[in-house]
Amino acid sequence: MLETKISRRSILKSGAAGFAAAALPLGFATRAMAQTPVILGVVYVGPRDDFGWNQAQSVAIEVLKTVPNVTVIEEENVPETDAVTQSMESMINLDGANLILGTSFGYFDPFMIDLAKKYPDVQFRHAAPLWNDTMPMNLGSYFAYLNQAHYVNGVAAGLSSPTGKLGFVAAKPIPTVLSNINSFLLGARSVNPAATVQVIFTGEWSMPVREAEAANALVDAGCDVLTCHVDGPKVVIETAESRGVKCCGHNADQGPLAPNGFITGAEYKWVTIYSMFADMLAKGETLPNVVVGGYHNDMVQNSAYGAGATPEAIAAADAAIAALKGGMPIYVGPLKDNQGNLVIEGTMDNYDPVLDGMSYLLEGVIGSTT
Amino acid sequence: MADITTGSFGGGASTVRLRAALEKIAIPVGALIVSALLFSVFLLALGKNPLTFYALIWQGGFASSFSIQNTLQRAAPLILTGLAFAVPATIGLTMIGAEGALVLGGFAAAAIAVPLVGAEAPVALTMLIMVAFAMAAGAMLTMIAGWLRHARGVNETISTLLLTYIAIATMNFFVEGMLRDPNSANKPSTVPIGDAYKVGTIPGTDVHWGLAAGLVLAVLLYFLMYRTTFGFAARVTGGNPRAALAQGLPVGKLILTCAAISGACAGLAGYYEVAAIHGQANASLVAGYGFTGILVAFLARQNPLAVVPVAILFGALDASGGLIQRRMDLPDATIQVLQGLIFVVLLASETLTGRIRFFQAGAGK
Repeated sequence: MLETKISRRSILKSGAAGFAAAALPLGFATRAMAQTPVILGVVYVGPRDDFGWNQAQSVAIEVLKTVPNVTVIEEENVPETDAVTQSMESMINLDGANLILGTSFGYFDPFMIDLAKKYPDVQFRHAAPLWNDTMPMNLGSYFAYLNQAHYVNGVAAGLSSPTGKLGFVAAKPIPTVLSNINSFLLGARSVNPAATVQVIFTGEWSMPVREAEAANALVDAGCDVLTCHVDGPKVVIETAESRGVKCCGHNADQGPLAPNGFITGAEYKWVTIYSMFADMLAKGETLPNVVVGGYHNDMVQNSAYGAGATPEAIAAADAAIAALKGGMPIYVGPLKDNQGNLVIEGTMDNYDPVLDGMSYLLEGVIGSTT
Repeated sequence: MADITTGSFGGGASTVRLRAALEKIAIPVGALIVSALLFSVFLLALGKNPLTFYALIWQGGFASSFSIQNTLQRAAPLILTGLAFAVPATIGLTMIGAEGALVLGGFAAAAIAVPLVGAEAPVALTMLIMVAFAMAAGAMLTMIAGWLRHARGVNETISTLLLTYIAIATMNFFVEGMLRDPNSANKPSTVPIGDAYKVGTIPGTDVHWGLAAGLVLAVLLYFLMYRTTFGFAARVTGGNPRAALAQGLPVGKLILTCAAISGACAGLAGYYEVAAIHGQANASLVAGYGFTGILVAFLARQNPLAVVPVAILFGALDASGGLIQRRMDLPDATIQVLQGLIFVVLLASETLTGRIRFFQAGAGK
């Protein structure tokens, strides 16, 4: 596990070497898939038009549909249960799929791991940083570190909020989410050292009623900028807009939902990864086992600034983006969690595997993971 | 047939029984056909070919050994949750809490397995204890609703629905708290039971033993409800609780027993979700099988034996849902629309019971 991650970090540091090269140091030379037509099955956890995670994926998948020898078949609203095994097996057995992309976090373990063992001739790729070299070689991960874009959100929010009280509606207290919250705080504190982030966990990836309640509660508590990490940010963004506070987006562009208060948003740029997949498939190559990145290799982005962003906020956010592209670290110690424990001593690389195990909220975040 | 119809006033008890049985089959089957026709109109309105649609259901649900196994995998939990609704329905209780009992049962099985697996207890013993805990946990939940119904007059439909939320919240509380496997950072789960303690598949198939358990229970419960004095008493109570009380039937005991059977069936489904599929308890247990089971039991008219083919039909619909999405470019909700349509048509068709002459002929009217 550790070995893989270290090699991954070293790859990322080499940065500009590019994706195809990134696969090589891991020892998986690209193998020709010859002229076999690729039947690509894509499985989504929610609807493809959810203004969030699934939409971001689905829009980017379009690029794969343009490759001549690739046929894309898609299935949406497949829950993270045994249903995903059955859907993928159905794609393999009934449609002849030979490459499967699972786009939801919970598909991986145990479902896709078991499927990769059962169908060694089928390639499986999953959109989260979970694969390691103890797992089947016909399985792999691709992922972008969205916390970098949340940091930029924080910078813009910190300079667009009159009070410095920011609110965050979060799904579950897992490392990826916690890192987004903490990065949002650090971004805000980089421009306003007194800024705070109040967080409410809904407990579910998609629970619109609770998301609306949480958003209202945060506004009632005095927050004047809201953001979120839930599958479909539509409810939080619309609630913020209707309550007259500003907001930052997540996953996809929610600018049109909040014409008055939208500042900017953290977006995945899946199209970078899928274009690379498309190129490789067109050449008949096997996809690498690990593809990860962030701002430095164009895998995340921030939404176009909305009316809520002040001119200073735009300037500072643009500067932050430029700095992140240059490898500026987000987690610079010493940092304490909000219980007073020292959690980060020195400067952490943005892709340090230690950060993948984040289990705390930093000082300045109001809220608890339990 | 005509001469029998006209000439058998009170004659031939077997004819009467046959026609009564025919009615029980003909009405749901008729409702299915009407739903299919209505749904075809819906498809035509979308510019899709209904024949392709039904052909894909056949292909995805039954046409190959893979399809049949896929169907049976999906049917396995539905048989058990269908029974969980059907049994209390016989005694007049509308208990819709199978989802909660399934989740709590699965959670109880996974939780008790943690120390047993840790102590490397014998596999058979561990499985037995897990099954017992799963069924007991499920039964406990529904018995609360049964007791509230009998002792306090609380509507059991509402209480089972609310208890479902409590059951799910209870599982989340422990799975995200004291029983959380520290290695499950990203998806809070209990400690995995490990492959050695998992239930295998029926030899030669990919279908787990939960299917066999469902079949056995369906037969047993049919005998219990239709061939024993207990079942007779339960059905009398279902028909008229006051009359049952006046006759001195132990209504409270009957209600609690039926509620317990309901929860135990759903709890067992939860056990198989944990022991055959997930290997641990986590949010994946909340998959909606408990609610689909209501639909299954309704279509089966609360008959435990009929639950089996209906569950298989729903398994096939689910199994072909993905294929329909992929081949016809229809939204995922298509199958849900069809299921909803079946449900509504079925409810409407209930009113036909006893009104079609053919089935009544010879019944002494």
